[in-house]
Amino acid sequence: MAKFLETLKKHAMLIVLVLVYIFFTVKTNGLMFSPLNFNALITQNAYVFILATGMLMCMLTGGNIDLSCGSFVCFLGSVGGIMMVVKGLGTGTSIFLMLVVGIIYGCVLGFLVAYVNIPPWIATLAGYLAFRGWGTALLSENSDTGSIGPFPKSFLQIFSGKLFETKINELNYVCLITGIVASVIVVAVNFMTRANKVKKGYEADSIISVVIKSVLSAAVIMLFAYKLAMAGGIPTVLVWVVAIVLIYSFITSKTTLGRYFYTIGGNKEATRLSGVDTKKIMFFAYLNMAILTVITSYIVVARFQAANSTAGTNYEMDAIAACVVGGVSAYGGSGSVFGMVIGATLIGVINLGMQLTGVDADWQKIVKGAVLLGAVVFDIMAAKKNANK
Amino acid sequence: MGKILLEMKDITKTFPGVKALDNVNLQVEEGEIHALVGENGAGKSTLMNVLSGIYPYGTYEGDIIYNGEVCQFQKITDSEKRGIVIIHQELALVPQMSIGENMFLGNERGSKNAINWDETYSEADKYLKMVGLSESSRVLVKDIGTGKQQLVEIAKALAKNAKLLILDEPTSSLNETDSRALLDLMLEFKKKGMTMIIITHKLNEVVYVADKITVVRDGSTVETMDCHSITINEDRIIKGMVGREITDRFPKRSNVEIGDVNMEVKDWTVYHPVYAERKVVDNVNMNVKKGEVVGIYGLMGAGRTELAMSIFGRSYGADISGSLYINGEEVVLKNPREAINAKLAYVTEDRKGNGLVLSNPIRVNTSLANMAGVSNKGIIDMDKEYQVAVEYKDKLRTKTPSVEQNVGNLSGGNQQKVLLAKWMFTDPEILILDEPTRGIDVGAKYEIYCIINDLVKAGKSVVMISSELPEVIGMSDRIYIMNEGRFVGEMKASDATQENIMACILQAGRGE
Repeated sequence: MAKFLETLKKHAMLIVLVLVYIFFTVKTNGLMFSPLNFNALITQNAYVFILATGMLMCMLTGGNIDLSCGSFVCFLGSVGGIMMVVKGLGTGTSIFLMLVVGIIYGCVLGFLVAYVNIPPWIATLAGYLAFRGWGTALLSENSDTGSIGPFPKSFLQIFSGKLFETKINELNYVCLITGIVASVIVVAVNFMTRANKVKKGYEADSIISVVIKSVLSAAVIMLFAYKLAMAGGIPTVLVWVVAIVLIYSFITSKTTLGRYFYTIGGNKEATRLSGVDTKKIMFFAYLNMAILTVITSYIVVARFQAANSTAGTNYEMDAIAACVVGGVSAYGGSGSVFGMVIGATLIGVINLGMQLTGVDADWQKIVKGAVLLGAVVFDIMAAKKNANK
Repeated sequence: MGKILLEMKDITKTFPGVKALDNVNLQVEEGEIHALVGENGAGKSTLMNVLSGIYPYGTYEGDIIYNGEVCQFQKITDSEKRGIVIIHQELALVPQMSIGENMFLGNERGSKNAINWDETYSEADKYLKMVGLSESSRVLVKDIGTGKQQLVEIAKALAKNAKLLILDEPTSSLNETDSRALLDLMLEFKKKGMTMIIITHKLNEVVYVADKITVVRDGSTVETMDCHSITINEDRIIKGMVGREITDRFPKRSNVEIGDVNMEVKDWTVYHPVYAERKVVDNVNMNVKKGEVVGIYGLMGAGRTELAMSIFGRSYGADISGSLYINGEEVVLKNPREAINAKLAYVTEDRKGNGLVLSNPIRVNTSLANMAGVSNKGIIDMDKEYQVAVEYKDKLRTKTPSVEQNVGNLSGGNQQKVLLAKWMFTDPEILILDEPTRGIDVGAKYEIYCIINDLVKAGKSVVMISSELPEVIGMSDRIYIMNEGRFVGEMKASDATQENIMACILQAGRGE
């Protein structure tokens, strides 16, 4: 029983997510559960997942954040728009040049934070203000409407739309098969990990919990696969999101580079004296953030098919909120990609649910604020309880 | 037999799963200095937290009788109102504020809504004089040394009208001179009728000041010794603390052959990173041979840590000059990574501050300085990492249920072992140990000494920085004495006594 409670506590946010989802499904008479809204959940919130991944890496190093990413999305959008729409540059060239712009900004920011020792929130506050202004200025110089579009089709194909698109409410087999393959892989990995641990005599989860875990994750994947198959196929952005999440999951849990992010957040000086170039890691955290911001800007521009001055507003806050709700420590040193994904999904579900129930924008903000605060309070209380044990 | 000021009767305090205090009894007479000794985790601090109301009435069993009355303290201010004031081990001062502001923090002088600064500072000056500080109370706390900060803490306690003063490890961050001054101050207060309880690991201090000694072991009081009726010495106290007689506080090293010079430092000079004109290390020459333990003794602030860190890949200081030879070859180590690659290890002084990642498990801490040893092309081999951690845990006999335990949950002695494990895993030839036994109990100290002996037996060189004279003399083959950035003496351990080492420092001081 105690172990059961322990498991419940460990997955508290996951349970909250399910409850919130059910709540909105009931509230909307099942509308939330429709294929189109499964699709919307992913396409509308892809930016949160990608930016929150970058934010996670920054926060691990000691609760450092990047306030400029939302504005930078807007700026990059207008740069891309000018290149592709106004100047008519090729799609490949434009994508590459936008990446170069992002890397330059990442290097400057990384240098300021890591080597000049400017507190990250101040260094990025400058970017937050400047890029919003610069992006808007570029747009109004190049267009009468303050927005640039439409983007070329070749660009939209890479960052929006669906793979092997079929009609709505017509079962998309590619999508369904992908779901089955993914489920099989997840289940196989679960069992192989356990078998490996048992073979080497390490502490391993009980076979029952592995079965439960496998059944649940396969069920979720199949549910998504089925709903998306009915909504016309796999959204292209889902491929981007899954790839990024998997890559960073690997980096944070299995590589020495990822390990250093955690130890710097835990104790920077001890990490430095252990022979780790802590400045380089800090530099990399912000360079990485900028690169992920570039990818975000691609998918945001592609979704709206135009660059405009309000793109990316408050994205940085959504990314931070996703991390914090997902259990990433605001002081650094702990947090996981999986937790962040749960946090980002919860934020996404709340966003979508409130839109569907017609809650007005002001109240949406109030609710999001309350959820954020609640998550942090819960985390701190849980930590305290553990410490008292 | 004087009047009993404080009696703690049958105190039992349980935390979930652990009985921290088990029927503890303590009697303190008015006007005495009562020492509370015991190994780390024996329950001394818990007992004092019960007394001062940090653990409120009702969360423990038993009675606190103070001044003839049973007390039911709900919070710290309740006990402070009665004149029981505790000074914690870690200094609780705000560095950017003045001494006066700190002294009356939470106890401000003046009317309800406005602070009367003139009164604050003149009152503060009065108390500062009582503790023998000549500084103005308007000086910022960060601008005075640690020794003086400790005195400010005491002055702050006096300002609260303390009748029973509890000092928890008051000298743990002080050098020998400042410690002695503090102890003398305690003796002076005693003459004026103040009652004090001192918690300390330093047994020579206990012998010096205490009237009575109560030994706490495993959550209960073992015995109370009256220093005036029986002869007290350190061995007698140790016997009470560990429950057995330690015949030898320092394990013998036999059959260790001292070989060639392994590391040599020539004309090493380091300047302060902020105050560019200040020399922190001044023209130091030293060497250490294979299989040798070299002690560096010096008071706090002598530049020992600065010397060690500047050697270890220039991780401290500016404008470093001088040359460093390892195995007879001159090397230039620009950062800690290069130092580690040159087979140098620096086991830091401050375990929590810059030694360990407390929020991470033992496994992660053990491999941190040598990730290449447990990974392949940047990808960590989790099995190997786990095995390494277990191997060192067993080798150093770290007490922990598992290597997945967070280091922050371990006792000081076990943390020190994890720190040593981390550096031993980098396979160094030369280890610089900076205060390897600070703040850990007698039993764990002995184990650390054994580890040091094993290291030199394996042909490694050890440089041990310490401010405890018996330890330096007991463990070293050779001793360098450091004062104000310079080496002022070198002697064989067999020639060294506490007296002639101190004499070295005093002479150097006079030579200025």
